[in-house]
Amino acid sequence: MSNKTVTSEVVLSLKNVSKNFGAVAALTDVELDIRAGEVVALVGDNGAGKSTLVKILAGVHPQDVGVVKIAGQEVHLASPSDSIKYGIATVFQDLALCDNLDVVQNLFLGRQLRRHRLDEVTMETTAWDLIRQLRAKIPSVRIPIASLSGGQRQSVAIARSLLGNPKLIMLDEPTAALGVAQTAEVLNLIERLRDRGLAVILISHNMDDIFAVADRIAVLRLGRNNGIFSANQTSRKEVIEAITGSVDNAVTQRAEAQSK
Amino acid sequence: MTTQPTDLQDERLIINKGLGGAIKKTRNRIKSGDLGNLPVIIGLLIISTIFQILNRFFLSSANLSNLLMECSAVGVLALGIVLVLLVGEIDLSVGSMSGLSAAIFAVQFVRNGLPLVFCILLSIAAGAFIGWIYGQIYNRIGVPAFVITLAGLLGFLGLQLFVLGATGTINLPFESPLVQFGQQAYLGHTFSYILAISIALVRFGLGYYGATTRRKAGLSAPSLTSIALQSLFIAIALGSMAWYLNKSRGIGWMFVFFITLVVIMDYALRRTSWGNSVFAVGGNREAARRAGINVKGIYTSVFILCSTLGAIGGLLAAGRLAAAAQSSGTGDVNLNAIAAAVIGGTSLFGGRGSAYAAPLGMVVIAAISSGLTLMNLNSSIRYMVTGAIVLLAVSVDAVARRSRTSHGRA
Ligand SMILES: Nc1ncnc2c1ncn2[C@@H]1O[C@H](COP(=O)(O)OP(=O)(O)OP(=O)(O)O)[C@@H](O)[C@H]1O
Ligand SMILES: [Mg+2]
Repeated sequence: MSNKTVTSEVVLSLKNVSKNFGAVAALTDVELDIRAGEVVALVGDNGAGKSTLVKILAGVHPQDVGVVKIAGQEVHLASPSDSIKYGIATVFQDLALCDNLDVVQNLFLGRQLRRHRLDEVTMETTAWDLIRQLRAKIPSVRIPIASLSGGQRQSVAIARSLLGNPKLIMLDEPTAALGVAQTAEVLNLIERLRDRGLAVILISHNMDDIFAVADRIAVLRLGRNNGIFSANQTSRKEVIEAITGSVDNAVTQRAEAQSK
Repeated sequence: MTTQPTDLQDERLIINKGLGGAIKKTRNRIKSGDLGNLPVIIGLLIISTIFQILNRFFLSSANLSNLLMECSAVGVLALGIVLVLLVGEIDLSVGSMSGLSAAIFAVQFVRNGLPLVFCILLSIAAGAFIGWIYGQIYNRIGVPAFVITLAGLLGFLGLQLFVLGATGTINLPFESPLVQFGQQAYLGHTFSYILAISIALVRFGLGYYGATTRRKAGLSAPSLTSIALQSLFIAIALGSMAWYLNKSRGIGWMFVFFITLVVIMDYALRRTSWGNSVFAVGGNREAARRAGINVKGIYTSVFILCSTLGAIGGLLAAGRLAAAAQSSGTGDVNLNAIAAAVIGGTSLFGGRGSAYAAPLGMVVIAAISSGLTLMNLNSSIRYMVTGAIVLLAVSVDAVARRSRTSHGRA
């Protein structure tokens, strides 16, 4: 884990971002800064608003109020193509792949090579390169996504976010369905991305993964900021307390029971 | 161990080599519900056999030659329907669109004496404009295409009657190029063979070029032998078809025109980013949007193309009939176009199908129609039989879909 004090430019900054779904306040006054070459883990309970935040940044649904700045400039992310244009790549929790298209078509959807006479050969070899890089176990890139396992699909979604030189990659529970080796590869990948100077937002419920790669840990609780921790100056206990909102929670109780 | 191509290195991959392998692969694909064009081809064989037994004239050169001409105009409409079905929508108004286009053409060309090309372009532009309107209503207001085009079905039928005016039917002069094209233009014998061989050669050239580039990039590619065999098969199939049809009037230019449109559409659907986007929108609209695809633009382009093809089909029908009538594009025209797309294997659930569904399905419908006419059975029976076949086609689609889900090919 890199230990450098991060002083590079702020890639993305959020101020007072709020989002309501009908009567549910999914996000309230959320703030977050991410710098180039930094991995920020976004954690929180189920329904804390993590995916909602990711979707705002991905242009899936705009925030109700609040400011999003990219490289210091205020931007309006009205649609996914806006986000892509600003160099934000996203691995969605629900993956957002087309079941009827094959792996190559999904990877290059919206960014095909040679639009009027598709360069199938280059796209296919690039697809294989990405899959090798992730050590993903995909038997063929010419079979429809529907015929892949959950983890294989996740690998495809991750591979897709790497195309097109993004500046910021958001991974919404990218390792939830992955095997041990593939999870390790994704963690390696995140470190490589950071070393290349990309900003990474990682959402995960797995404390091991988070502490393995994150520089900072931002906690959301019931749609609000509940502390931002520096990963090497905090403990799991502290983070879990921030997530659950109490010192006496089920996680610590289990831990105590086991240590007895 | 020899080095495997990049795409065949996973040890779980079932690799079928050579001709036997190709057959085995096809069999596996069909078993898992990826039926492709198979059901419609089998259906066509059954229909042909039955009608041939009932009436010896059915498979005669003259009847087949006529049948191909008959299916071209509505086939062009069916091609448009394939597109809207691919994005998971429907256009119920192509029939009215074709009738309106014929009426506009006839009024401008015959009554107002305007130049032919101008009249043709005007009709086509009307189609494109109407498709654009559909797209705007669909995207901005969010009315389902089913309802928009149902309104279009009635509205444009009314407009067609209005444009035609009191006389009702406008006859087109027999010497006009459009009527010649619809009734008299057949490929010369020599030319038909040259065309058949050229198609096979082009197929070979493209196949060979594709295989070499793939192999250079370290990917698997079909062997020279199998490409050559395929091309030879195409040459023989097309050549003997031309030979048989040439025993009577031969192959109509209108049919060649229809097939050319199909080939262009097939290329656009499979080899351009627009085509990929059409399939993506039909398969998972939200995923397509999140990939940055201009989903609304795709819908608009599809509606425009469908209505434009409707207008072109209307012109062909007018040429074939040598008239624009109040009944042009009415009756079963709409439903035949939709039925053809579905019978040809385009899924009603969106995201699955091919441009070739239009000619395949259309030939089935034209075959039924021709067979029943030969037996002196009237439209009552024809409607019932066509209805039953549509139901069968949709059932095959639904069953195949279930099978695909369980075999991971959805
Ligand atoms: N499209 C939507 N419509 C209505 N409510 C929504 C929608 N999306 C999210 N919500 C609500 O917003 C809140 C936050 O949801 P979100 O998906 O952001 O949670 P999360 O932190 O990603 O949780 P998880 O860990 O389970 O993925 C939840 O209460 C949820 O019910
Ligand atoms: Mg979530």
